[in-house]
Amino acid sequence: MKPILTAKNLTKSYAKGILALNEVSFTLDQGKVLVVMGPSGSGKSTLIRTINGLETFDKGELNVLGIKISADSDERKIQKVRRRVGMVFQQFNLFPHLSILENITLAPIQVQKRNKKEAEEYGMNLLCQMGIESHAKKYPGQLSGGEQQRVAIARSLALKPELLLFDEPTSALDPERINEVLDAMRRLADQGMTMIVVTHEIKFAKEVSDQVLFIDSGKILEISSPEVFFSNASHERSRKFLNQIN
Amino acid sequence: MSKNKKIFFQILLVFAVLGFLGILINNLIINLTRTGIGFNFNWLTKPASFSLAEHPLPYSPSDSYAWALFMGWMNSLKVIISSLVLATCIGTLIGFLRVGKNSFFRIITAGYITVIRQTPLLIQLMCWYFVGFLSIRNNSFLNITNILNISNKGIELFGFSFSSEFSALLVGLSIFSSAFIAEVIRGGIQSVPLGQWEAFRSLGISEKHGFIKIIIPQALPAFIPGLTSQYLNLAKNSTLAIAIGYADIYAINDTIINQTGRAVECFIILLCSFLILNLLITKIMGIIDKSIMKSRI
Repeated sequence: MKPILTAKNLTKSYAKGILALNEVSFTLDQGKVLVVMGPSGSGKSTLIRTINGLETFDKGELNVLGIKISADSDERKIQKVRRRVGMVFQQFNLFPHLSILENITLAPIQVQKRNKKEAEEYGMNLLCQMGIESHAKKYPGQLSGGEQQRVAIARSLALKPELLLFDEPTSALDPERINEVLDAMRRLADQGMTMIVVTHEIKFAKEVSDQVLFIDSGKILEISSPEVFFSNASHERSRKFLNQIN
Repeated sequence: MSKNKKIFFQILLVFAVLGFLGILINNLIINLTRTGIGFNFNWLTKPASFSLAEHPLPYSPSDSYAWALFMGWMNSLKVIISSLVLATCIGTLIGFLRVGKNSFFRIITAGYITVIRQTPLLIQLMCWYFVGFLSIRNNSFLNITNILNISNKGIELFGFSFSSEFSALLVGLSIFSSAFIAEVIRGGIQSVPLGQWEAFRSLGISEKHGFIKIIIPQALPAFIPGLTSQYLNLAKNSTLAIAIGYADIYAINDTIINQTGRAVECFIILLCSFLILNLLITKIMGIIDKSIMKSRI
């Protein structure tokens, strides 16, 4: 398997010497799903956001799809990564002044210079996959949280990314809306999409992930298969965390 | 409080206000009769018999007071509208630079806003007039191939010349208002959630494109209330023209009061004029606001 992402000794400190990331190293192979777990403030969001340059880091090196990113990499290089890595946020972050279809076609038209008709056709195709094609003409404010998050997934897919990042995609949803989003993510995993998912959804992690990464105080405490992690976690801190969220 | 009691107090308040107004008007009538001036607008048709340095339409001292007032109005509108446009342009630019990525521009614009907002407009106007335009010694301070010429006689742009009084007022009002407008722009841009910036960045959209396509459209509705109040202030502040001798509506009213003693009528004209102008500005901004909201669903 060829690695899609390699992180080597990633370190980031906030003011007052608090470490958000402490010598974080891991590898992710193509087609694999990595679930990131950890208590709040552990650095899991920071970790996922450094991968597409929404957060900077102080030391270490990232290799994303063959693009090497270091602490002093310029905007251009990060831009290159962003065009090939999709991201889904906790708060959806859809553009409220654009229609659902415009939300999806904006980046393909602006960034990839695709023509409007082709972008719209592909956009409708993605909306069908997400089961929300009937909302194409509506605006984000008219949709439920679960529908908005599925639009956000479709938007991140519009650039045909090779890696998808999910930052707590179901944490802002009503409980009865969580499954429709998780199902969409599961289908993507089945299609072979490489994904990193920050989530507290144990069922999803057990069924879909290939690896679980547990992080606390910016340090990776363990990376193991879900079978091992959920039944026989090696680290005391992981077991305590699992007890708390179960 | 019971409903009846509430109504009783409301009626009491209305009578108190009416009584107070009655005393004021009664006092005014007694004084007007005592001085033998009376209250009427017939004097408006009499010749003004004073000259005006600036008049957009033909005017001579033999023209009526009404025509002189109209010239004052034209002069006021001229400076209000042109300052409004200039202040918006400068203010928007300063506001954008204030929230931009370049830390040099951020510091410079912060300093600009602080200095301009913290000093009185009257002093700034005097400064632009006496220290700025009148103290230019040479015939021309800045001359760009006959397109723009700044001298102690004012500004000449594309063959149109503007007096130094008008120019000082235009520059002073625009600079002053631009600092406030810049803050309105900054507030509007910062009202857009950070997640919107992260969303377009994560899609590989450039800062410039994202700012124009994503951030500005969402900040626009937040600009309008602040801009409206700055425009109203600008219109009212234009009456400081009298300090540097620009013949605006207030300056001409002042001259007429001195000549005729018709202070009450003149102030009624003055107050009504500004009330109408500012209601108009509010209405126009309301229409702009509505059309922005409409385009958002």
